[in-house]
Amino acid sequence: MATPPGGSVRTVAPSPGGPPAAQSSPSGPSGTGGPAPATTASGWRSRLHRLDRQASPYAYVAPFFLLFAAFGIFPLIYTAWVSLHDWNLLSSDNPFIGLDNYTALFADGYFWNAAFNTLSIGVLSAVPQLLLALVLAHLLNRPLRAQTLFRITLLLPNVTSVVAVVVIFSQLFGRDFGLINMVLDWLGFGRINWQAGVASSHVAIAVMIMWRWAGYNALIYLAAMQAVPKEIYEAATLDGASSLRQLWGITLPMIRPTVIFTVIVTTIGSMQIIAEPLLFGAQVSNGAAATGGTDRQFQTLALYLYEKGFRSFEFGYASAAAWMMFLLVVVVVGFNYLVVRRMRGGLDV
Amino acid sequence: MGTPHPGRRAVRFVAPMLAASLLTLTACGGGGSDTGAGGGQSTEKVKLSVGLFGDFGFKPLYEEFKKTHPNVEIEERQAAFADHHTNLAAHLATGAGAADVEAIEVGYISQFTSQPDKFTDLKQYGLDKRQGEYLDWKWQQGLAPSGALLGLGTDVGGLAMCYRTDLFEQAGLPSKRDEVSALWPTWEQYIETGRKFAAKAPKDAKFFDSPGEIFRAIIAQAPVGVYDAQDNIVVATNPDVKKAWDLSIQMIDADLSAKIGAFTPEWNTGFAKGSFATVICPAWMTAYIQDQAKDSAGKWDIATVPGGAGNSGGSHLTVPKQSKHPKEAAELIEFLTSAQNQAAVFKAIGNFPSIPSLYDQPDIQNFTKDFFNDAPVGKIYSDAAKNLKPQHLGPREGDVRTAIGNGIGRVEQGKQSPDEAWAQVLKDLEAIK
Repeated sequence: MATPPGGSVRTVAPSPGGPPAAQSSPSGPSGTGGPAPATTASGWRSRLHRLDRQASPYAYVAPFFLLFAAFGIFPLIYTAWVSLHDWNLLSSDNPFIGLDNYTALFADGYFWNAAFNTLSIGVLSAVPQLLLALVLAHLLNRPLRAQTLFRITLLLPNVTSVVAVVVIFSQLFGRDFGLINMVLDWLGFGRINWQAGVASSHVAIAVMIMWRWAGYNALIYLAAMQAVPKEIYEAATLDGASSLRQLWGITLPMIRPTVIFTVIVTTIGSMQIIAEPLLFGAQVSNGAAATGGTDRQFQTLALYLYEKGFRSFEFGYASAAAWMMFLLVVVVVGFNYLVVRRMRGGLDV
Repeated sequence: MGTPHPGRRAVRFVAPMLAASLLTLTACGGGGSDTGAGGGQSTEKVKLSVGLFGDFGFKPLYEEFKKTHPNVEIEERQAAFADHHTNLAAHLATGAGAADVEAIEVGYISQFTSQPDKFTDLKQYGLDKRQGEYLDWKWQQGLAPSGALLGLGTDVGGLAMCYRTDLFEQAGLPSKRDEVSALWPTWEQYIETGRKFAAKAPKDAKFFDSPGEIFRAIIAQAPVGVYDAQDNIVVATNPDVKKAWDLSIQMIDADLSAKIGAFTPEWNTGFAKGSFATVICPAWMTAYIQDQAKDSAGKWDIATVPGGAGNSGGSHLTVPKQSKHPKEAAELIEFLTSAQNQAAVFKAIGNFPSIPSLYDQPDIQNFTKDFFNDAPVGKIYSDAAKNLKPQHLGPREGDVRTAIGNGIGRVEQGKQSPDEAWAQVLKDLEAIK
């Protein structure tokens, strides 16, 4: 696509209303888009054409960014603004208090408790979940009958409503009538009050998260694994590498970008866990739902934010917590990215 | 009503999300929402929405109301207990989304009446003429500090004690309601009865569900609860609160508790399974038990509560200022809270009227419920309501009670000693202003 440069048009058709020839083209402020050419039809067209070329791509992506600005950027900035106020949801008078909410937040032991719980549940769920997904994908990455059936089965827990999953698992983890305690009892280990302890409640919640997301991640790994050339495996098999050695030495390094992607997505997801602890706590008592247990032993950051914002209506404080949470997600994701990027497995790719 | 509906568990998660998104959606457009107020031609079609938590027994009454207001259509929305009030707060804050008539439970009422500019003063529609009919303290709860009339009361939750006759018999205790009432004039005697019960009761049955509910009841019987009249939190200094705490701890130590929190799934099944032999029973609870333990008709009965009269729960109906039809909404409230209709609601679902002239009427006095062994619920709850002494509830009542309830829970779960738990409660309360 070759458009005639604006300068050439100008020399052919001098503008009727323009100043005389004293203003010669080379001395114009800009060689390409001078002030005069718009007056001719062909000048218009070329200008439109240029505009089309330069602006259209932005117009095409604009709807997304407009929506993102309305529902992503605006709330983000507005939350920052709210976090600088003593903003009660019900009160009409919300005085500006600067960084007081943040100072209070840093001194609030329950905030750090929630941050610890979030990280703990995150690690307990994400690490086994991704390892399990990797093994599942590896097992399925071979000629099998009814492949589609297996793949759909992997995804099934993920399409189940989180409420249903938590309610069912809470019954499994029930103190008096729960299946897991019955088995433990039968094996002679004694019953566990899953909601009462820090470790036991974190494990229970992590199991619920793993149940929902392990299959989903396995599917993503499987898709990446199918792009790995079969010849490499054949050569490895000839050299006598075991299946596990192949997974570690070939598959993992070859799908590293996918692993990085899942680690980041899983990390972000686990930083935002709220439904599982909320519904798990609701099995104890009404009050223990938003506080994540009687001693906040499984209150995550998102749940802390919910308690402050929507139970106590302290919007300013909750907004400050939201921003701290956002920064924490950025830090943790960045850390995980660096760690996973260094993970090279056996091959140097 | 004071019951988070168990079947609406999903709402508990979805609703706040919805509220959050509504919040962002409507944050910009909230300004113009109260245009059109005060219109109200009687021929114009008017659609009223009513926001409730759980079933208030209003559905048949809407049909009645339409007979005198043929132009009015009524749509009822129900949400779970906590979500209902959270959503209402969000809708009031953003200036849009609230129903024309919103129910507010007594635990939240003071938080909302402290914001009178968000609600319609019902005096302007003449509802202050109803004052003489009401229990005075119930009427006062619906007033803003400025004196504006924001809400009219629906029901009161006079306390009683529901108990399982079959479990009492198996434990060798008397099972007739008068004899049972005579067992426990005081909470100390209640604990004593519990010890006797535990000695001979079936293995899986405990004396009561959880100490948290008992604690609430004991607090409700005190003249001053967790707040004083000036809205100061007095948990640390009020001897009645400490007494309620100590009694709750004694009950945990005596191993009388089934350790099942109220309104949890295990609690709901516990009514039918007989996991606990007694449960605190405000009037609105009778419908709840009946609903949860349909097959246990005749096994439950109702006795008086130890420690004297007290109130737990009950609601008011309000009209948010953003309503486009405040006049019709006020008329609907007047209708739904009329003496006749409060009596009808009581007979239908058990919520007990807040209009004392009804208490001595024969149709209330003689009203019985066959599910509860033909217990004279009309007489039991009339007596409970007549003896009620008002107690001031503060703006952060719910948060304060959650903090204390979690403290009792920590003792019950064996995580802390009573002293440690109490110290942490007091520390938590310092953060609640």
